[in-house]
Formats: sequence, C-alpha cells, structure tokens
Amino acid sequence: MRRFGIYLGLVLLAGFYLIPVYILVVTSLKPLAEVSLETMWNLPQGFDLASFAQAWSGDPLTGTRGLGGNFMASLQMAIPATLGALILGSINGYVLAKWPFRYSNLIFALLLFGMFIPYQAVLVPLVNTLQVIGIYGTIPGLILTHIVYGLPISTLIFRNFYADLPQEMIDAGQVDGAGILGIYRHIVLPLSIPATVVVVIWQFTQIWNDFLFGVVVTANPASQPLTVALNNLAGSFVVPWNVQMAGALIAALPTLLIYVFMGRYFVQGLLAGSVKG
Amino acid sequence: MSRFFARTVPFWLILPSLLLVLIFVYGFIINTGWISLTDQNRLQLEAGKFVGLENYQALWQNPRFRIDIRNTVIFSLIFIPGCLILGLTSALLIQSGIKGEGIFRTIYLAPMAISFIVTGVVWRWLMNPSAGLNDLFAAMGLGFLQNVWYTDPTWGIAAIALPAIWQLSGYTMALYLAGLRAIPKDIYEAAAVDGAAGFYAFRRITFPLLLPVTLSAIIILGHISLKVFDLVVAIAGMGGGPGFSADVPATFMFQTTFQANRFAEGSAISILLLLVVSLLVIPYLYFSLRQEGQR
Repeated sequence: MRRFGIYLGLVLLAGFYLIPVYILVVTSLKPLAEVSLETMWNLPQGFDLASFAQAWSGDPLTGTRGLGGNFMASLQMAIPATLGALILGSINGYVLAKWPFRYSNLIFALLLFGMFIPYQAVLVPLVNTLQVIGIYGTIPGLILTHIVYGLPISTLIFRNFYADLPQEMIDAGQVDGAGILGIYRHIVLPLSIPATVVVVIWQFTQIWNDFLFGVVVTANPASQPLTVALNNLAGSFVVPWNVQMAGALIAALPTLLIYVFMGRYFVQGLLAGSVKG
Repeated sequence: MSRFFARTVPFWLILPSLLLVLIFVYGFIINTGWISLTDQNRLQLEAGKFVGLENYQALWQNPRFRIDIRNTVIFSLIFIPGCLILGLTSALLIQSGIKGEGIFRTIYLAPMAISFIVTGVVWRWLMNPSAGLNDLFAAMGLGFLQNVWYTDPTWGIAAIALPAIWQLSGYTMALYLAGLRAIPKDIYEAAAVDGAAGFYAFRRITFPLLLPVTLSAIIILGHISLKVFDLVVAIAGMGGGPGFSADVPATFMFQTTFQANRFAEGSAISILLLLVVSLLVIPYLYFSLRQEGQR
C-alpha cells in the first residue's frame, strides 16, 4: 500500500514534467492542416517532419528565416567559449587549491561573486567596450563575453576538484625538481578528466541556453544565437505552431541529449553552482 | 628567471583571469553605477552630467517600476515555495528505496537542461486562454481552475511562476537529494530503537538536518527570481504583457536601456537589482567560504 502511494506520487509528478514535452513532440510532428486550438492535445494522424524542415530552412512564402544558420552560430559561439573558460578555470582552480598565496582567498571570493551578479549591471559598459574593441555584434564578441562570465563557475568546479587531490602528490613533484607548471602538466592535468567533463558539459549548456547576452550583443539576425532566433520565430504571428514547436525541439535537443547521456556529470555541475561548502 | 618572479608564479598565473573579472565585473559595475547618477537618457556622444539620485527618484515614481516590484514579490512568493515543496516531495519519494527511481529522477531534472526560451515557447502555447491547460482542466472536471494566465492584469505574473517551477523544481530536488544522502543512516537506526519512525522521525530528524539545504535553496532560487528575464520575454514579450501584467525589473531595464536609450534610468534599475541580489548573496558566500575554511 505504501509502495503504491509512492509510485502514484512519482507518476503524477512525472506527468507534470512531461506535459510540455508531450505538446512539444506531438505538435511538431503534425502537418499544418492538423494544427488547431481544438485538437492541440490529439496525437498526430501521421508522422510528418515538414515542420522541422521549415523551422530549419525558413519559409520563402512568408519570408521567415530558418534556424539552421543560428544553430551553427550557436555552435561557433559555444564551443570556443567553453574551451576558453575551461583552460582559464583549470589554471585558476589549480593555483587556488594547491598554491595559495596572500589574498588568494580574497581573489577567489571576488571571482565567485561574479557568478551571482545580475548581468544587467554590466550590459551597457559591456556593449561600449565591445564596440571599442570592434567585436560588438559578432560571434567573437559573444565568445569573449561568455568566457569572462563563465570563469567563476569553472574556477570553482576545478578548485573543489583539485582541493581533493592529496598534497603529497604536489610535494613529491617538487622533490623530483618539478616546478608549479611541471607539476600541473605531468601530475595534475592527467588527473583532471572528471572535472573537465563536468565543466565542459555545464559551460556548454549554459552558453547554448543563454538569451540575455545573445540578445544584447548581437543585432544582426544571421549571427544571432539560436535562443534569440527562436524567440523571434515564436513571436512572429505568421509562423504556425507546429513550426514553432519544431524550432523549440531543435533548440532543446543538443543539451537534452548531453543531459540524457551524461546526466551524472551534469548534476555535479549543477550542485557546484550552489557553492558546496 | 628572477627569484621574485619564481616565487610569485601563482599570482602571475591567475592574473589574466583576475584582470578580466576586475574589468568586466567590478569595473563595469562601477561604470553602470556612475551612469545611473548622470543625465545620460538619450543617445549622445559626450558623457552625461552628474545629477545625483534623480534617476532613482524618477524610478520610484514610475508606475511601471512599482508594478515590477509587486510582480517580483508575487513571483517569488509562488516560485520559491513551489520549488521547495515539489523538490522536497520528489526527493523524498525518490529516496524511499523503490525500484526505477533513476528514470523518475532523470525526468524531473530534464527541464534544467533546456533554455528558458524553449520552456517559454511551449508554455505560452499551453497557457493559451482558449486551449491548452484550460482544455485539460475541463476534461478532468477541474473547470474552476481555468483562467486567462499571464494576460490577467492582477495575477498574470503568477502564471509565469508555473513554468519557472516546472524548470527549477528538479534542481531543488537535486539539492535535497544531496542533502538527504549526507544524513548518516545510523541516526535513523538509533531513533528506531528509541521508537521514533515514520513521520515523527522525519519531523524530528530529517527536517532539521535539511534546514541548511533549504536555506541555500531559498537564496539561490531567490536570486534567480530577482533576475528572471528570458521566461517573461518568451511568454509575454519584452513589454511584459498587457498592462505590464507579467512585467519584471529585467524586462523594464532592457526596454528602458536598449529600446528607449534611457541609459541612466536603465542603469539605476540594474544597480537596484544588484543591491538586492548582493544582500542575499554576499552573506551566503561569506558563510559558505568561512565554513569551508574551518573544514
């Protein structure tokens, strides 16, 4: 009886989380003729992928842009930005965990605070600065932005990971005559794979899903990240619901697949964000 | 390599990141703070003139800003308890030692992997006043739950809290699961010997031991609810819906700054947001870091 109650609760909750997924998948598989307010909960009568083609390449009849180019723009933005934050975060984490110096804790606290600020408080100077450098409105501008604001969390994850490595390893390296960089390269780096996976997954997901920086830093529709383009597509009255849902599914799929296949690492990144004490 | 350089290598290694953060976080915040004290409320080449707290006064008298504050309070009062209740419930159900919990955990947490924009696009379709969830309520005999969602002038913002709970209750569950796993099993065994079990054990053991997790969750969810932006844009648009029914400070800031070019007023909104977020986050960071230092 108790077990029945638990399962009932679990299934009801699963229903709550799956309702939007049902609507998303079902609507995106319908042809235009089947899409209406009255039948939105019905299953599709066939298996129609036309909405995905239209969401990806656009519709010349209504002059709607497709999301394909923006999907690529998001990739061009998210991959280098993830790598940049990864490299800097790993070095910072190593130094903060194993080579503390005077005021290094203060530096760590200053970095961490950057993770929580409302980014509204930096947007105007950010736009001005990117304009001065000459990369406003471009993908490199977004890459730089995401590297900088991704630094706190990637530093935090690496620092917590390196703090658990035994200090004897570092000491042994020093006895063998290796310096701070030698120890990093030959001892610490080869052990960094778990933290690297966590940071890569977390950063990629965050950057892929970002909307605020995307909408502020890029004005040109062709180089806009996918989230910005999807919001424009869904806000347009000429785009039918099945195409909107197909577009949403295209935008959700990469990070959803990462989550399904590497969920354990995803959760580690998630929990790191709550500054585990 | 000089000895001074060799001894200070750790500092040099961290310097590039430190400089980036000092400029892009602290420098920019100071710059925004300065702009908020000037009259730079149009596109202009020369820097603005210092006007003191005028922009803040103007903001205080702006009806839209008052609606935004009220909306943020309503949003937080629904969103935070909603996440806590759903998160704790699902964590307790999953932790109760039944088969197949992995599948349920994966489903509950999945919304965290997708963007607020995707969530918003789908939920706007679900919260269509003449279809969607309202149809579902009617079919289930729950017709009294039907409503006009985010377009309601008074309670529109509450409708934004629903998808926000959908997206972040799984995260709250993950926090609670980590908290539950940190509670040693022998506490329950000892309590069972003393005759404490079931709900009594939950109330006297589990609940107090989960208080620190609950506090962290409230702070994290609280700062998210102050910053909410994407979800409102995707559901109600940049303008925050009819009569600002679902408007929040972040959308107001965006329109003021980037559509009306009223940079000083937009900066004032940002600084107020930053101050409130700091009130939550700085004590939290301070105690987290100090606790860690003691470990």
